[in-house]
Amino acid sequence: MQLAVWTYEGPPHIGAMRVATGMQGLHYVLHAPQGDTYADLLFTMIERRGARPPVTYTTFQARDLGGDTAELFKSAARDAFRRHQPQAMIVGASCTAELIQDDPGGLARALDLPVPVIALELPSYQKKENWGAAETFYRLVRGLCAPPAPRPAGRAPSCNILGPTALGFRHRDDVREISGLLTRMGITINVTAPLGATPADLVRLGEADFNVVLYPEIAAPAAAWLTRTHAQPATKTIPIGLNATREFIAEVAGLAGLDPAPILDAETARSAWYSRSVDSNYLTGKRVFVFGDATHALAAARVATEELGFTLVGLGSYTREYARELREAARAHGIEATISDDYLAVEAAIQAAQPELILGTQMERHTAKRLGVPCAVISAPVHVQDYPARYSPQMGFEGANVLFDTWVHPLMMGLEEHLLGMFREDFEFHADSAPSHLGTAAASAPAVPATLSWSAEAERELGKIPFFVRGKARRNTERYATERGIGTITIEALYDAKAHFAR
Amino acid sequence: MSGAALARAQHQPSVPGCAEAPVLRERGQREVFCGLTGIIWLHRKIQDAFFLIIGSRTCAHLMQSAAGVMIFAEPRFATAIIEERDLAGMADANEELDRVVGQLLARRPEIRLLFLVGSCPSEVIKLDLSRAAARLNTQHSPGVRVLNYSGSGIETTFTQGEDACLAALVPEMRADPAPGLLVVGALAEVVEDQMRRHFDALGIGPVTFLPPRRAADLPGIGPGTRFLLAQPFLAETARLLESRGARRLAAPFPLGAEGTTAWLRAAADAWGIPASRFREVTAVGEQRARTAIARHREQLAGRSIFFFPDSQLEVPLARFLSRELDMQPVEIGTPYLHRQHLAEELALLPTDAALSEGGDVDRQLDRCRAARPDLVVCGLGLANPLEAEGFTTKWSIELVFTPIQGYDQAGDLAELFSRPLHRRTRLKV
Repeated sequence: MQLAVWTYEGPPHIGAMRVATGMQGLHYVLHAPQGDTYADLLFTMIERRGARPPVTYTTFQARDLGGDTAELFKSAARDAFRRHQPQAMIVGASCTAELIQDDPGGLARALDLPVPVIALELPSYQKKENWGAAETFYRLVRGLCAPPAPRPAGRAPSCNILGPTALGFRHRDDVREISGLLTRMGITINVTAPLGATPADLVRLGEADFNVVLYPEIAAPAAAWLTRTHAQPATKTIPIGLNATREFIAEVAGLAGLDPAPILDAETARSAWYSRSVDSNYLTGKRVFVFGDATHALAAARVATEELGFTLVGLGSYTREYARELREAARAHGIEATISDDYLAVEAAIQAAQPELILGTQMERHTAKRLGVPCAVISAPVHVQDYPARYSPQMGFEGANVLFDTWVHPLMMGLEEHLLGMFREDFEFHADSAPSHLGTAAASAPAVPATLSWSAEAERELGKIPFFVRGKARRNTERYATERGIGTITIEALYDAKAHFAR
Repeated sequence: MSGAALARAQHQPSVPGCAEAPVLRERGQREVFCGLTGIIWLHRKIQDAFFLIIGSRTCAHLMQSAAGVMIFAEPRFATAIIEERDLAGMADANEELDRVVGQLLARRPEIRLLFLVGSCPSEVIKLDLSRAAARLNTQHSPGVRVLNYSGSGIETTFTQGEDACLAALVPEMRADPAPGLLVVGALAEVVEDQMRRHFDALGIGPVTFLPPRRAADLPGIGPGTRFLLAQPFLAETARLLESRGARRLAAPFPLGAEGTTAWLRAAADAWGIPASRFREVTAVGEQRARTAIARHREQLAGRSIFFFPDSQLEVPLARFLSRELDMQPVEIGTPYLHRQHLAEELALLPTDAALSEGGDVDRQLDRCRAARPDLVVCGLGLANPLEAEGFTTKWSIELVFTPIQGYDQAGDLAELFSRPLHRRTRLKV
């Protein structure tokens, strides 16, 4: 058993849901008890999707356990096919259903549905979300991709983009940025998957010349299989940051048999000049702690040091599969990597490293808030505010600009920092205050009009009102009391005013 | 049968109320939380209690996703995640549990009450948490009391988790034969304080609350105890309280002006408070509630409303909205319909409202689309998809996380329903 307060990754069936929800025309029948439907809200609330995930949960209950949960699975799968008419289905079990061993794959085969049905074995008590997404995508590709066929000669080079899913951190924007880049290079994009692909699209994956792997945590097994089976090479460089984007262009050009020079000469990121401009001098040597999934953490460590001039004081990831790469990267900066999925251990490592900036996940945002350290989010797991309405990629040239803005924004501006250092006793601006462009939280209590007083009871009652509306409640009550010539505000007056001002 | 058709079939204006109305019982996919979710408010309510879920990674993930609760840096709940070696018998699950509890108590020495909370996987592997609690009690007594209950989805739906938790507390209550009033169900502190003032003014007392704010303040119980349910989902807790000699005061739930008055009156009648005195004490509050509600009636009157099953609050809410705001419930879906505890509520429902219990989300969505209600009350998984289809929705979870009971919250409760409609008229996008 592992004691966990928060987890960086969900169980593996959540990974399968991310693949299914990203795709079109695929339906997932999940053998699961009541309550596992909570996962829908990850997509409808956190990512703000306007459609329910294409998932049917069998919803078994305790009283079904002695009876026929297998029959329940079969009727749910049959109904789901009839209602949703998918091109293909995936079937599997969540953690509880895994224990009752109903074999969803076998049961679904027995239904003899007229579409491909792919069975998923996702061991919930061993594996986690990203592994589940990778396994699901691999099974889908393996199960659906047509046999190798000769690619017609003489056409423009073509590639697949592999890895983006629903609920991915900026996947939607990364796909747009990298698709644009590849298209400007003269490369045709055959299929982008899983995000936006149909099962029919997966059938023709083999028609591309090579694969662009954006998120190895999700796409590596599928890409490796395509390399083995369809002789499609895959990219290794993750285009996060200006330098990595340039290397990515060179790598892609090599695979496509193109000259990278035209696009490298024509395009760059504004972040390079911003970083060289004199006002960025204050960024030099800022101590930064980086934590996230392996892909984003490794990329952030490089961008932070090479492209912003920060000093890396911590690097870590919850992706144990890439521990070797992370340890190597950390060693290059003279530090030990933190490989852990225990957020308290990560917090302890952060505290020990004493960073001036944390680049992490939603968990590290909490740690940062508690420690009073500025923070920017670079990796899943993320919260609703990390699905911005605006275009905000992490990858490509525009991604490099986004990283510059997002990481520099939480910090004090250079001159502000100097002034704080010179006048340390200033009551308003001091070392403990937030950067002035981010506003301050502590507002002093407003003066009570001279003719009014609050009874101790009413004051206590006011204290029970949530802090974000307390100021308004106080003002409204005082206005109400003044207008009516009430001298002492009692609990009754407080609630009379509330009823009066109720919208 | 569609919701509208069902409603028509049951339309019998000559018989008031819905007490005998047929109920559409369905089973299929349910879009509801499991009972673990109750921990999200219970861990804030009982300040020195800690909730340790014995479950899977899914349970932990649910807890951090369900309510966006990661606002709490270090909450008073955690999950002991069962791993492969616990299942394969390589590790004794009980020894592992003892180790995790030791680790937790060392980290949080202020814990006085520890709940071991069962989940779907712990129930399926038949991990006996009551025996584990007994064993841990001998290890950690007297500093920490260890109790257990199940919040598993195979046994509990959403708010039933609170029922199971409170039911676990009942045997812990000391015997106290003295007369007194017990208010049962987690309420916001501000609501508790208001109610206490009403009871004080009426001369009803002593008044105690379950759950208490601190574990040590667990009230006593005995044949002199009369209890009022403040929440409609406490079937098992009520049963256990009755088995200890306490008697339930039948009443509607304290939602809205009418509901609050009827709820207070049930206690006043039991205490033999004269009607004139009761009016004197409650008139101001009730009038204030009616004033606050009136502003929302304009927005809500005549509008139809459709409830997806969620918290078991659906029936009292539909009663409040139909009687005090003139809304028209089309279908009132509820995960579980407790006829006895809801008898007073059902009698007040309009006769043409269709009741459904359990649920099959796809079929209910079909009925909802056919009925085209003006407002849909549903869980977080359905709200945005329905909005995208053009429906106006109210997230039901807000009704569990907001102080809505009592006179001075009646306006806030009405606003929860008028705000989505108001927003629709305001937005030009």
